[in-house]
This record gives sequence, C-alpha cells and structure tokens, in this order.
Amino acid sequence: MGLAEAIILAVLAASTPLLLAAAGELVAERAGVLNLGVEGMMIMGAACGFAGAYVTGSTFVGALCGLAAGTALSAIFAMLTLGLAVNQVATGLALTIFGIGLSGLIGAGFVGEKIVPAPQLHLPVLTDLPFLGRILFGQDAFVFLSLALTAGIWWLIYRTRWGLVMRAVGDNHVSAHALGYPVLTIRTFAVLFGGACAGLGGAYLPLAYTPFFIPGMTAGRGWIALALVVFASWLPGRLVAGAYLFGAVTILQLHAQGAGFGIPSQLMSSLPYLATIVVLVVISGARGTARSAAPASLGLVFVPDR
Amino acid sequence: MRNMLTVAAAVAALATGATADDASAQDKLKVGFIYLGPVGDFGWTYQHEVGRQLVVKELGSKVETTYLENVNEGPDSERSIEQLVRSGHKLIFTTSFGYMDPTIKVAKKYPNVFFEHNTGYKRDKNVATYSARFYEGRYIQGRIAAKTSKSGVLGYIGSFPIPEVISVMNSTILGAQSVNPDIKVKIIWVNSWFDPGKEADAGKALLDQGADVIMQHTDSPAAMQIAEARHAHAFGQDSDMIKFGPTAQLTAIVNNWGPYYVERVQAVLDNKWTSGDVWGGLKSKMLLMAPYTNMPEDVKKIAMDTEAAISGGSLHPFKCPVVDQEGKSVECKGGTHLDDGQILGMNFYVKGIDDKFPGK
Repeated sequence: MGLAEAIILAVLAASTPLLLAAAGELVAERAGVLNLGVEGMMIMGAACGFAGAYVTGSTFVGALCGLAAGTALSAIFAMLTLGLAVNQVATGLALTIFGIGLSGLIGAGFVGEKIVPAPQLHLPVLTDLPFLGRILFGQDAFVFLSLALTAGIWWLIYRTRWGLVMRAVGDNHVSAHALGYPVLTIRTFAVLFGGACAGLGGAYLPLAYTPFFIPGMTAGRGWIALALVVFASWLPGRLVAGAYLFGAVTILQLHAQGAGFGIPSQLMSSLPYLATIVVLVVISGARGTARSAAPASLGLVFVPDR
Repeated sequence: MRNMLTVAAAVAALATGATADDASAQDKLKVGFIYLGPVGDFGWTYQHEVGRQLVVKELGSKVETTYLENVNEGPDSERSIEQLVRSGHKLIFTTSFGYMDPTIKVAKKYPNVFFEHNTGYKRDKNVATYSARFYEGRYIQGRIAAKTSKSGVLGYIGSFPIPEVISVMNSTILGAQSVNPDIKVKIIWVNSWFDPGKEADAGKALLDQGADVIMQHTDSPAAMQIAEARHAHAFGQDSDMIKFGPTAQLTAIVNNWGPYYVERVQAVLDNKWTSGDVWGGLKSKMLLMAPYTNMPEDVKKIAMDTEAAISGGSLHPFKCPVVDQEGKSVECKGGTHLDDGQILGMNFYVKGIDDKFPGK
C-alpha cells in the first residue's frame, strides 16, 4: 500500500464522524434551531453504540443504539427549546455537559472491553484494484452512509416541497406560521434528525474507528462538526468538501510531523477553526456564489400566537 | 492537565463519589483519594485505585478509605479536597499534577490534616510529594524497541512538549541508541493527553511512514490496537494493555503506588508521618515492568539485564556525557549522571532526534 493511498484511507475514516454529525446539525439549523449539544449527543451515541455492539456482538445493532441515544438526547432539547421556549444556546451547552456525564455513567461498565470493528466492504476484483480499489470499494458502511446521507439531505432541501417548507420555517418562522405551517412540529423533526445523525457519528468512533470505549472519547469532534456547518455556509455540497478538508488537515499535519517538517503542530491543529473564522468573514459581506445560506431565524425562540 | 475533556463529566461524577469502605466505626483513620479519571480508565487512575485497594487489604481493620473520581484539575479540585477534609479525612492523596496548588491551599487551612501530592514539586510541613522515575522503564523500552525493529525506524506519539514528556522521550531514545546507534525515531505530537481517534491516526501515520514499533505518551490504548491490527509492536502506557495488543505489546510500564500508600498510611497510624519527597523507581518497585512478551529470547534477556542494572544502580539512563541536538555535552550536575533537577526540568532533545524542539 502506497503512502498516498494510506493517507486517503485515513482521511476518509477521520472525516466520516464529522460529516455524519454535521449533516444532522445542518438540517436542524436550516429549520432555524441552533443545537450546541452535538458533542453531548455524539458521546452518548458512542457510549450506547459500544454498549449495544458489545452486548449483542453486532455492529448494526450498535449503530442503531447510538442513533437512538442521540435521538433521545435531542428529544430533551426539543422539549425544552421548542416546547417550553427555553434559550437554545444555554440548553445546547447544558445538553453537552449532561451527555458527557451520562455517557460516562452508561459506559463505565464497558471501559477496557473491546469489540470486533465494523466490517469493511470487500467486492471481488473491484476492491483488489490497485490504488482506487480500497478507497472506493473497501470502506465500512458508515463511510458510504455518510455520503448517501448528505446527498439525500441536498435532495430533501432543494428538490422537495418538505425541504422548501423547512427552509421557510428557518428563514422566517412568523411568516411560515402565518401561512399555516406547523413551525414547531417541523422543527421538532429536524432536531430529532440532527440528534440521530450525531448519535450515529458518535457511534462510528467506538464501532469502527477505535474499537473500544473510554469516557470523553469524542474529544471535541462535536464542536468541529458545529464549526463545519458554518464553514459550509449551510450548504450540503460544501459540507462534504469541508468535512474531507478538515479530516485531511488533521491527518496531513500528523504526517508532516512524522516526516520531520518543522511546522508547529499547535498551529496545524488549530487550522480547521482558523479556516472557519475566515469563511465567516468572507461570507458575511459576500454576494453571488460565496453567498451564505444562513437561516435568518437561526437560534430565535418562536412562540406561536393562538 | 490529563483528560481535559472529563471536565464536564466531573460535575456528574462528583455526585456519585463513592464511599469505598463500608466500615461504620468512627475511630478508624479516614484516608481520602482524589482521582483524575474514572477508576476504570485502565491507565493512570486505575493504577492509583489498585494502590488504594492494597491499603484496604493490608490495613482495612484500622482505616476507612474514600475516593472521588473524575475530579477536574484546577479550582474545582479545591472544593473536592476540602470536602474530604470536612468529612473527617486525616490523610489525603491527590493524584495528578494539576492538583498541586489546590492541595497546598487547602493544606494551609487545615494544618492537622496530612496531604500527599503526586508528581508535583511544592511541599509544606503537612504536604509531601511522591512520583515515579518513569524514565527508567522507558530506557528499557528503548532498548527493546531498537532490538525488535526490523525497519530501524521507531514511532513516538507525544502528548504535550513539557519536561515530564521530553525527559522520558530522551531516555527512550538514549536506550535505543545504546543498542543501535543508527536507529531513527519519528515523533508526532498530538497536543492532547487523550484523544483516541487522533492517537490512532498518529499511530497509522507513523506505521505508514515506515516505523514498526510504536511508543506513546498518551493515555488511550488506540495506538496499541492499530499496532495489533497492522502486525507491528507497541508498548502499554501506565498499565498493562496486553488485552488490546496480545501479539503487539512488548511490555508496559506499570505504576505501582500500593506499597507507598500502605507505608504512608501506617506512618500516620504510628504518628510518625513527616513531609518529604519520594521519587521511586524500579529499585523501590514504585515502577514495575509488565511481562516481556512477543520478543525473541535474546531481546528478552537484554531487557531483563537492563532492568537489573538500572534497579541495581550500575546503569543510569542519563549517564554522562548526555549530548544535546547541537552536539554540546550537557553539564553533568549529578557527578556521573544528570541530577534529578535536570531530569525533572528537561528542555532539550538529545542528539539523534531528527525533529525540531517544539518552541525553539
């Protein structure tokens, strides 16, 4: 296996949890809800995903458990911010703290155990092709799923009536409400979808990436996913590019260090965040193709008048 | 410092701070432990918990022990330490570097309570410090790695470039060079004590660049698992990780705090406790080597001979001359080897490391 192939394989693996979690958050934010609890939902997905896979011996069941855990946590968020109109930023932060604590409790009995990692696709002939074989046909299911999911979200947002209504809700909830759309119901579904994706992204870590569970193992990936949504200026296509770019920066800086290039590793580690700030600055005044799709009602509380 | 991300977990976990002993007798000596991670981390905290359990086993009829796990370093820990004092604990072990200032602060308020701080350097008349000479075990690992490697390239995953990490890295490399002067070492800093994903990525990058033995100074078994999957070799960190690398682990440095804990608790029981500083190594068995596995007999023999030489005092990993990257000999303050102060405050790479010193 050549070095370039090895790097691309590592980038794909490092980017997948980011893409999964960010895709879900993108949907929630396009519906106008800012959920800062991604890190908490991811780590819950990691703990429950590992627990499920360890008990049943099945990666698939583990993935479902992770998905369910993320959804359950986002349901609490939906209940508080949509049902009781609590501040979204504060609730999201609380959700992260809660998720980290609870996942530690749930996962405590599973620390130090190991499982068989998720199987990788193996097609005869195709997977054995030189260079591209393993990259295109030798991944685990999560990698393919994350790409299919993002494509599906693009289709949903731009090609369906449902997506149009969701964007309307995110851009101007008062008007959407006046037109008779159920703003809170739509937002609830978007939040739950975001939770499911974050849970799945979290579950990817102990199921495929590093097949064991330790409390706090998401190590800030939820925050990177949040930055990624902004970096992508709320567009699904850019989200895929951004996820692989963030993954590539992580992997390449490790390789640069190993190869002995004298680049400060601290600077390299902060590049994804610096890039996000640059993008924010660029899109804030831009028109045309650089224009942002930032939902106008993002983070605002909506209480329908009766 | 370690496991910064358990910060938030600490909030939840404090509530569950377990009373480890059920003893109801009020006249028993109460001994408290403050832990950084969960007792099941199979690394740093786990080894302290093993030490506490030895105290219970040996002195259980005279003492009652309590531990608080997932205690965040910094101001939050001050509250936890004080909580133990107020509930009547007379001897308290604070088991991470970041508890240093809070420990000193609480100790000033309660002069009748004894404190033991792990890996720090600030003492008081009721605060003693203790740590282990991790570099001794690392030197043995360096020799094993250089003898085991077929490619002649070792991979080293670093956490943060602080003296504690730099000195054991230098010790490893001196050990490796002592059996193979041409050995190459690739270093990757992940800037985290604990990020399994990144540790795994660093392990992969090192292997992809030709290394075939991985050494790490980060806390998770991720790199061990990568080595196992790629049929390479690795060393366990803080505790025996053979479970994650049955065919990959060569050995591991195991921190053995138990005997020291028993001794110090006994000292309080005998009213003989005094402040001091203990830096134990292989000789005092504060540091143990996990079984030497997955290596040929001749390498195993080298490892065991090295271990015997270090614990017997005939070999010092930092024996002079120690030459830095620019080729200058480092001042030899300890006579025939570097003194403890130089090892504790180490801020240079030894010759042969093909990497820029961070921040220079």
